[in-house]
Amino acid sequence: MNKEHSIEERLWEFIDGISSDEEKTVIEKLLQTDAEWKAKYSELLQINEMLSSSELEEPSMRFTKNVMEGIAKLHIAPATKSYINKKIIWGIGVFFVTMLVAILVYGFSQMDWNAGESSSFAEKLSKFDISKFFNNTWVNAFMMVNVVLGLVLLDSYFNNKRKQFRKEA
Amino acid sequence: MSTGLNDNDLISKVLSGDQQAYAGLVARYQNYVFTLTLRMIKSREDAEEVAQDVFIKAYKYLADFRGASKFSTWLYTIVNNTCISFLRKKKLQIYSLDNEGVFEVADSRDSGFRADLVEQKSRQTMVGNAISMLNPDDAEIITLFYKNEQSLDEIAQILGLEVNTAKVRLHRARTRLKEKMETHFAHEVKDLN
Repeated sequence: MNKEHSIEERLWEFIDGISSDEEKTVIEKLLQTDAEWKAKYSELLQINEMLSSSELEEPSMRFTKNVMEGIAKLHIAPATKSYINKKIIWGIGVFFVTMLVAILVYGFSQMDWNAGESSSFAEKLSKFDISKFFNNTWVNAFMMVNVVLGLVLLDSYFNNKRKQFRKEA
Repeated sequence: MSTGLNDNDLISKVLSGDQQAYAGLVARYQNYVFTLTLRMIKSREDAEEVAQDVFIKAYKYLADFRGASKFSTWLYTIVNNTCISFLRKKKLQIYSLDNEGVFEVADSRDSGFRADLVEQKSRQTMVGNAISMLNPDDAEIITLFYKNEQSLDEIAQILGLEVNTAKVRLHRARTRLKEKMETHFAHEVKDLN
């Protein structure tokens, strides 16, 4: 059964024209010399021809008319990319990168690199107290910036909506 | 109607406000889309409704078609998604590859088809009936490959699969179609030889 399936798979690829050149040569030889391959090939070729020659189904005569009536009151929606403002995406990206860099720079600047010269980098890193950077002031400032960004995004969203509404009107 | 224009010309016209130009696209693809929906949904009435819905959706989101692929490939992606949503809504089971239910459905359909086949021994009818016995996934991939003339790359894009996966699925679908023809239309297949 597996052998038969393998033959069929290779023959379908040959019929579809997606076999490699090397495989094509091998199959062409097999078709000339092997009766099993030849019989299977003519069987699959017949199915292939039947499938290729079958006709398309036709919908009712009113089909196009129904579609045209369906779209009569519709407006084409603006392309997705036109309402995704790249500047905003870049702005958010730049904000987060800046925040990360700032935290890292501040963190490393607070470390005493000369203390305990013999200790390894891992030990130094374990002494790094991250909690002091996320005290209330830092968290509040971070939240504040996020709220401002959120308001800017909301404003931009309503501006776009207003423009779209005016355009449609 | 703008029949002499190619797809991209018609799309440009529609996007610039000529709604009637869309009729040209509908006329060009209605048989392809309807065949595909019918093969997946099986009921003519539902298939026609879904096919109309596909064209309405395609019109609404036409601005999103950027010409990176063929219009037909983009359109068949909408067909695929709309049919899947419809089948889910209707709670029709999309049978898994090894589900026995496929054969139960096939057998129940077979008795009806046999009466027709005595009078209509054409290849067309037999192939059409054999395809309609397949599960929606198999019927879809065979229709896309043979009737809608999509390459394996394009089929993979429409179905959201890897090219190799699409190739394996097409192969399995053809194997199952062959089995259906041998089981249910053995006499007709012999007569055609």
